[in-house]
Amino acid sequence: MIEVKNLYKSFGDQSVLNDINCRFEDGKNNLIIGMSGSGKTVLLKCLISLHRPEEGEIYYDGRDLLKLSRKELILLRQEIGVLFQGSALFDSMTVAENVMFPLRMFGNMIAKEREARMKLCLERVNLPTALDKYPSELSGGMQKRVAIARAIALNPKYLFCDEPNSGLDPQTSILIDQLIDDITKEYDITTVVNTHDMNSVLGIGDNITFLYKGKVEWKGNKDNILSTDSGPLRDFLFSSPIMRKLID
Amino acid sequence: MIINEWITNLGRYMLLMKRVFTKPDRWSLFGRQFVNETYGLVIDSIGIVCLISVFIGAVCCIQIQMNLFSPLLPRFTLGATTREIIVLEFSSAVMALILSGKVGSNIASEIGTMRITEQIDALDVMGVNSANYLILPKICAMVLFMPILVIFSIACGLIGAGLVAYFTGNPSIDTYIYGIQAFFEPGNIFYAIKKSYVFAFLIASIPSFWGYYVKGGALQVGRASTKAVVTTSIMVLLSDVILTKLLLA
Repeated sequence: MIEVKNLYKSFGDQSVLNDINCRFEDGKNNLIIGMSGSGKTVLLKCLISLHRPEEGEIYYDGRDLLKLSRKELILLRQEIGVLFQGSALFDSMTVAENVMFPLRMFGNMIAKEREARMKLCLERVNLPTALDKYPSELSGGMQKRVAIARAIALNPKYLFCDEPNSGLDPQTSILIDQLIDDITKEYDITTVVNTHDMNSVLGIGDNITFLYKGKVEWKGNKDNILSTDSGPLRDFLFSSPIMRKLID
Repeated sequence: MIINEWITNLGRYMLLMKRVFTKPDRWSLFGRQFVNETYGLVIDSIGIVCLISVFIGAVCCIQIQMNLFSPLLPRFTLGATTREIIVLEFSSAVMALILSGKVGSNIASEIGTMRITEQIDALDVMGVNSANYLILPKICAMVLFMPILVIFSIACGLIGAGLVAYFTGNPSIDTYIYGIQAFFEPGNIFYAIKKSYVFAFLIASIPSFWGYYVKGGALQVGRASTKAVVTTSIMVLLSDVILTKLLLA
């Protein structure tokens, strides 16, 4: 479980996160939703220690992220898998090398075991045949799947996904959501998904945190989100014609 | 304002180098990266180094031919002078300037693109020291093999000048060969090699710095690449002055 307490982050004079308090639970898809510029990505980057907040506490199963030593932070990072918005696959490596990279860097496996693990991860994301291809030869959806395979290679306890559906068609989007949901339940990991995709919200939102202007405006899940009283959340949810038609 | 920016960048460069010069997380991966960088930065540059050196050697020879009027000067002076120009300055400093453009822009744009496509963030999140993993192999490859490029450059420059002598007969090729051996001081070769170590470090580390701290998109990567080439060229020239004073004066 990841717990965030009184988190503040600003860039210069601009306050981006303001007194964030939330909890991301094990074995659940924890979604952070909000409009562009609401602070979702900054919160996610604070959680994975790419940004350092000015104030506040982030606990990974009781370990305060901001008070960890450099060595402890490196060890914690090996328990984290991240799916970046643009996949962030290494251009100079093949699909197989990308997935094996964390295993080579931190795993204590021999070459055969590494290869077997890599194949298992790629089979898990339904990409068993793309081993020798380079990222530039793959479609957006395939790149996301390879990135998920790389993220789960070291059996992470925490999985972070930054806008996993961006740039994908609705069908591929749903496939990626299902994959994230399956992996979360199968490995019982704490998954944090940063999204503004309504299909994801209603499809896999076990635990939803809505950010509005850098503050937590609403917390709930996919079952009670449509009956919310929060004005900003209603504006966000029903901004698209499809959602308006659905509610009518 | 500009001085403030320079001092800030110098500080950031020093901090980056502190992160670069640490023990690699995995020696096997470092070795693999080192081989890749040696191929990409050094072996890929041999062709252009040889080509430019042949032409510059030829031009040096023609220029000296045209300006060497005095009958009191022996003709082998042409060979000796060409050799001194190539060994002392061209093959180390001018070649370093050319490599600043070729290798420097390559390094800055490669690392810059990795930064804006979040590949460096991905390394950091995995717990990899990204600065060490990406930059140290480049610095090692350049520092270790730059002297070899300098030797290639010297040889090709002398061959270029020799070709001019051969085809024009002024001086004869025998006189030219005698000239390039006359009053030869092996110390000058070591001087060129010593300079090349410093230049190699600058050529690999400064563009890495500009690439590593890129923020934004493709436009910023382009700007970082330009800044990398300009800064590296200035630093190569500045260090050339200092090293010449220190090593030869």
